Amino acid sequence: MSRQIVMPFGPQHPVLPEPIHLDLVLEDETGVDGMLSIGYLHGGLETLVEKRQFPEYVYIAERTCGICSFIHGMTYCQGIERVMGLEVPERAHYLRTIWSEYSRLHSHLLWLGLFADSMGFENLFMNAWKHREFVLDVMEETTGGRVIQGSCKVGGVRRDIDQETLKKMERDLKGFEKGLKEMANVFLNDDSVASRLRGVGVLSRNDAYVCGAVGPTGRGSGVPIDARMTGYAAYGELDFSPVVEQDGDCYARCAVRVNELFSSIEIIRQSIDRIPGGEIEVKVKGNPDGEYFSRSEQPRGELVHYVKGNGTKYLARSRIRTPTLTNIPPLVKMLQGCELADVPVIVLSIDPCIGCMER
Amino acid sequence: MAFFEMAKTAIRSFVGKPATRRYPFVPGKVTPLSRGHVTIDVASCISCGMCMKKCPSEAICVNKDEKTWTIDRLRCIVCNSCVEVCPVHCLTMDTVYSPAVTTHSGLEVFHITYVKPEKPPKADSVDENKEQA
Amino acid sequence: MKPENQELRLIDTAHLIGEVEDYRNKGHRLVNVSCTRAGEEFEISYSFELDLRFENIRIIIPLDADIPSISGIYWGAFIYENEMHDLFGVHVRGMNIDFKGNLIRTTVPYPFRNTSFKGEGPCQDR
Repeated sequence: MSRQIVMPFGPQHPVLPEPIHLDLVLEDETGVDGMLSIGYLHGGLETLVEKRQFPEYVYIAERTCGICSFIHGMTYCQGIERVMGLEVPERAHYLRTIWSEYSRLHSHLLWLGLFADSMGFENLFMNAWKHREFVLDVMEETTGGRVIQGSCKVGGVRRDIDQETLKKMERDLKGFEKGLKEMANVFLNDDSVASRLRGVGVLSRNDAYVCGAVGPTGRGSGVPIDARMTGYAAYGELDFSPVVEQDGDCYARCAVRVNELFSSIEIIRQSIDRIPGGEIEVKVKGNPDGEYFSRSEQPRGELVHYVKGNGTKYLARSRIRTPTLTNIPPLVKMLQGCELADVPVIVLSIDPCIGCMER
Repeated sequence: MAFFEMAKTAIRSFVGKPATRRYPFVPGKVTPLSRGHVTIDVASCISCGMCMKKCPSEAICVNKDEKTWTIDRLRCIVCNSCVEVCPVHCLTMDTVYSPAVTTHSGLEVFHITYVKPEKPPKADSVDENKEQA
Repeated sequence: MKPENQELRLIDTAHLIGEVEDYRNKGHRLVNVSCTRAGEEFEISYSFELDLRFENIRIIIPLDADIPSISGIYWGAFIYENEMHDLFGVHVRGMNIDFKGNLIRTTVPYPFRNTSFKGEGPCQDR
């Protein structure tokens, strides 16, 4: 048996988009154990509920993450609406669904680009981000913000999308989908990608369950958890099923995300077809008093916003449990017994968002 | 075996037009809804302070006595909250982004020039009479 | 939109391990462990999910009490327990991976234990 060494990895590392520090215990080139520490980005956003009134906290909740910001805002609003017993109009639900799915497209494309970069496929990285630009343009056209949409509010949404724009969005999706298919072909069928990803960082189904993996990390290991199936917003009225892969390696996680791109496009199409007319918000009266665990599916997995009101304009507690936090134990499991050269790919395969995780 | 799956896309992007624009020389994309920066119409601001109370990042300061409206551009997160709550609609969201800076250029102070229109004296005296009664 | 029904049960700290083991045997997934300060007590909620049914159990402990770790049952629970310790100062006994307060590096120890923002003005001090 050879000597064990501890190698620091991160927080500044060329392939890591975000600051996470790993202490890798290595035996020659093989990782025996990996332990991580975080805390470079902790900002204490959750405590700001005591300083900001609950309608303004939406802006803070949204800025928890720069990538899935809309879903953060929406989940927080859902929680408050449930505590206050507000009935949000159907049209607002559909608009929220459309924006959520655009967020998912945006996040997955960003991730696919970074992932390609982490395995040294620069060309594919640029290509993925080119497609992402289309999504950002639609976002800016309809909400006014490219990454921070700011279009969700307690009781509904701030902006409506008129019928003409919706039709145009649906038409534009066709060309976008064609470009995506071409890119997906590279991710799923190219041998240079497959040989880099197959059998790397395997997470068995049982480990995924015990460690509490959520989102594409869990679904890549065959655990069919998708919070969209609870039917929040308009998801209960749309036809879709979670994308599940069985292998549990980096390739499976990548395949889940690639296939989810197309399922998102399908959900957007359905929502645009079925969107009802009418109001987009209800008036909010009074203050929240009560508690609720609001759940939704982020691109990275299940998100929980716990809100607790005490009958004043300031909430007593908001807890944001982001999917990355739950996906850290599976990451520690995956790092046990991996090759040193595979560490960047494995770390990226859970789509870590440290900004979300530490809040 | 499937190699060179990327070749078609790569050749097309090599021959075709670039997907990006040469930003500082070509103006960036702007849509009518884009949130650029907040502007104020100092002639109609009634210094009620709603924008200050509802600002999530504490960027706005309204001073009633000195009649000033101050904004810290680097604190402002351009969320549109102040524009939505303004009762007299004197705040607007401009679509042009504020330019990038390397040093903090300080607070921007606006002097409010709004003058409260005088109420017709007759109506006032009637109100006072009512209150006294 | 279908509102989700969420069950919440208040249990005794002594029964925590038994209850969590029950959930594990029934095949539930651990969703969340969250801590809230309510006056001079901590409310600690454990959330589980099985087939889209969301259930919570809650224990209420005094500020300086310690709780048993559930990381022996759900391996991944260490991340929540370490976080709870670093932010609130809740002592958790017997964690499988104990960061000893180094998971989240904070300037102030236990920053969420005593938060006092109330009473500050609406605009920053200039």
